[in-house]
Amino acid sequence: MKDALTRLRRNAPVQLSLGLALGVAFGACLQVAGVTRYDVIIGQLLLTDFTVVKVMLSAVAVGTLGVHLMRAAGLADLHIKPGSVGATVVGGVIFGAGFAVLGYCPGTVAGAVGSGALDALVGGVTGILIGAGIFSALYPRLEASVLGLGRFPTATIPEILHVNPRVVVVPLVLLIAAVLYGLEYLGL
Amino acid sequence: MDWTPYIAGAGIGVLSWLAFLLSDRPLGCSTAYARASGMIERAVRGKAVLDRAYYKQFAPRIDWEVMLVLGIVIGAFATAFLTGEFALVWVPPTFEAAFGPSVPLRIVVALAGGVLMGIGARWAGGCTSGHGISGTLQMALSSWVAVVVFFASGILSAFLLYGVWP
Repeated sequence: MKDALTRLRRNAPVQLSLGLALGVAFGACLQVAGVTRYDVIIGQLLLTDFTVVKVMLSAVAVGTLGVHLMRAAGLADLHIKPGSVGATVVGGVIFGAGFAVLGYCPGTVAGAVGSGALDALVGGVTGILIGAGIFSALYPRLEASVLGLGRFPTATIPEILHVNPRVVVVPLVLLIAAVLYGLEYLGL
Repeated sequence: MDWTPYIAGAGIGVLSWLAFLLSDRPLGCSTAYARASGMIERAVRGKAVLDRAYYKQFAPRIDWEVMLVLGIVIGAFATAFLTGEFALVWVPPTFEAAFGPSVPLRIVVALAGGVLMGIGARWAGGCTSGHGISGTLQMALSSWVAVVVFFASGILSAFLLYGVWP
């Protein structure tokens, strides 16, 4: 099983097709959920429509269970990104401002293009490409200055708590379920 | 209650299993834009663009994530077409209600938001899918911090933009 997986993961043409196939399914999920619409995303940021939070938290709950089970079975590895105040927080503030001004994110803007949103195509995608280009040009200076400031002491939440990741999985899923139940209870 | 967001969200959760299992990757979208931007700039300005330190880490080429983002366009199009939701729209209704029906205004605003988002996503090392879903489900500290900051900054900016706060 592991050898077959390793072969699959190293097969470049198959991986490109898999990326496309997973993308098609991802786009279908985003469209069915309604999060490819500007109005739904802005509604979330204006706290009048909680669809985005519902989609994201249910994805995280289901994803957490499966990924950690596969990891325990030796079938999946984690890919944790390190972080810092200078990278994660400063970049996050810039991203959040862009999130509100554009009204889509990098995934949903692609879905919006598919559903016919011309502002997403002409404005959004073009803008993200320009922004990514600006970042790549600024990167050496940013890396030498702000990106490394205030590096986080650990990579994961279980490490902060000094526990095995599997100990955190069940409480996290229960917490997400409680939050979602709370949203429905409040009629949001 | 409406189960649609939960079913679609659970579907995305299952897709994240498949991405980890079959491709040894988290679902993420923003590096695809960095690679695509590099490919476009290379086509316009030549190979010198490839010397940038950033592109030594994220080579401007068509990879799994670029295909994922192309797939999203196709999947959303097919779904929108089949459900009769496909419509060419320049100005979304909520934007029009607040700022009027001007197409150039909406494009300029979307372009500005896109530039901020393009910079911010690479600066923070991920977006609402890479950090917000794939990173948080791995319980990465950086991803939980990122998603809280994304929404805090997004909510504040949206409130200012829509004049909910004077």
